[in-house]
Amino acid sequence: MKVVPVRHPWRWVASAVILLLVAMLVNTLLFSHVVRGGTREGRFQWAVVGHYLFATPVLRGIVVTLELTVIAMVAGVIIGIVLAIMRLSPNRLLSGSAWVYIWFFRGTPVLVQLTFWYVGISYLYQHLTLGVPFGTALVTLNSTTLVTSFVAGALGLSLNEGAYMSEIVRAGIISVDEGQNEAAASLGMSKGLTLRRIVLPQAMRIIIPPTGNETISMLKTTSLVSVISGVDLFQATQNISNANYEVVPLLVVASLWYLFFTSVMTIGQYYIERHYARGSSRQLPPTPLQRLTAALRHTRTRPVPALSEAPWVAPHD
Amino acid sequence: MTDPSPGAGRGRLMVEARGVHKAYGRLEVLKGIDMTVARGEVLCLIGPSGSGKSTFLRCINHLEKIDGGELAVDGELVGYRQVGHRLHELKDKEVCAKRAEIGMVFQRFNLFPHMSVLDNITSGPVWVRKAATGPSRDRARDLLDRVGLADKVDSYPNQLSGGQQQRVAIARALAMDPKLMLFDEPTSALDPELVGDVLDVMRDLAGEGMTMIVVTHEMGFAREVGDTVVFMDGGVVVEQGDPTRVLTDPQHDRTRSFLAKVL
Repeated sequence: MKVVPVRHPWRWVASAVILLLVAMLVNTLLFSHVVRGGTREGRFQWAVVGHYLFATPVLRGIVVTLELTVIAMVAGVIIGIVLAIMRLSPNRLLSGSAWVYIWFFRGTPVLVQLTFWYVGISYLYQHLTLGVPFGTALVTLNSTTLVTSFVAGALGLSLNEGAYMSEIVRAGIISVDEGQNEAAASLGMSKGLTLRRIVLPQAMRIIIPPTGNETISMLKTTSLVSVISGVDLFQATQNISNANYEVVPLLVVASLWYLFFTSVMTIGQYYIERHYARGSSRQLPPTPLQRLTAALRHTRTRPVPALSEAPWVAPHD
Repeated sequence: MTDPSPGAGRGRLMVEARGVHKAYGRLEVLKGIDMTVARGEVLCLIGPSGSGKSTFLRCINHLEKIDGGELAVDGELVGYRQVGHRLHELKDKEVCAKRAEIGMVFQRFNLFPHMSVLDNITSGPVWVRKAATGPSRDRARDLLDRVGLADKVDSYPNQLSGGQQQRVAIARALAMDPKLMLFDEPTSALDPELVGDVLDVMRDLAGEGMTMIVVTHEMGFAREVGDTVVFMDGGVVVEQGDPTRVLTDPQHDRTRSFLAKVL
């Protein structure tokens, strides 16, 4: 008997609509022209984009953006781990102060915090002093020279990120089965050793995906330092377009670079997740790269593996 | 806490409990447990769920803190040091050192899933005892061989069946050269056909003279391997003695009705 498969006419309609929209997008991006100031030129001025894509000020801005991202995320993760451990402490003062920290830094906009660190600190304290509390001063520094826009940016972003990271780390820690703590304790492991070697490595599986998210978010949030006269990628492109009025091409330059780095981070996250997935699933699926090489080898030699030859035959006693 | 010299007369006893009390809030789980375990003795703790037998086991290596009475392992109080007429609570570090001498096997295995079988077994010796990695690994391979899993060295726990995982857990505990082994319902989470392998390993261990306290529902094992059977119910020891006598000729109604349900 002949089998008549179910038809899906609306899928064809939807596909046609999407193809049409893609065609329009490609056309407007690459082939459409516009008359500006009496001269006919490409709508998106790709030549201008190309000209500034690797311009020195842009590359300098990229360095600042990446530096801020790395500093803020590393510091944020460290602060986050400390805060998470404090919040899980039976000591009320420790858990309470961690709660207040998170309450404060999550409760105020990061833009306000950045401005505060840049402007507020120098206004409140003309001099910053290192020494014995209520006692002798050892080093005294001028606030305005110490707290540059970069320092204020790194400080503000780190402290804010720490509050968010602590909740992510805490979620990871409490996701680990209590039996793991007991098993470690029964072997004579201290609480610190258990946390470092047993709990945190397992918590990583829960911690990594949202941390990847945070890192990508941070890369873009660093653009806020432009309001405290920091020259990051975004401000660098702004400075150029303020001089030559090529606003859109330079926004495209900034966007292309942001997209490039978020793509790199997404790939990095994929491999870090795989690393911490050890022991969690019986057989990890091949990476896209492994799949590609396997497919190439397959077309060359064509050894079709029989199902029974699969290496992950379920174990039995 | 009345005996001024707790070390005296305990030479041959591995575990000595006198009037051990434990409560969670208002719920009294242990209502005065008296029990002794001699060196080399295999004691099987039986009883209905909620009778306090697992809690008592966990008190022995200080996973739970006792609220009253006196509990000593190998002549030393659990969790305290006696100085004159005062009891000083032990520091975390001292508690850890004591625990390292007592092996424990859990109902749910509790292997470390992110580490290979070999690393699970060497974790205690290498991280806690600071033993050299090479000899610890050789020792771990020997132990795996002993529990019949020599070929699983590089596997991860969830690539193993429950019975295999539990035998790795026993090997992990043995790697610390414990003077006492605690088993908390080691076969309760296993498929019936996998129980035998685990019990075989425990039987061998008992044969080698290991002091063991086993919370179990395996009455056959208790009768065959146990030197003593203790029946607990409602936080008290109802009856204890020779396994064959307790299991075939119980003196108490509660023991009788429990055995009627499980045998």
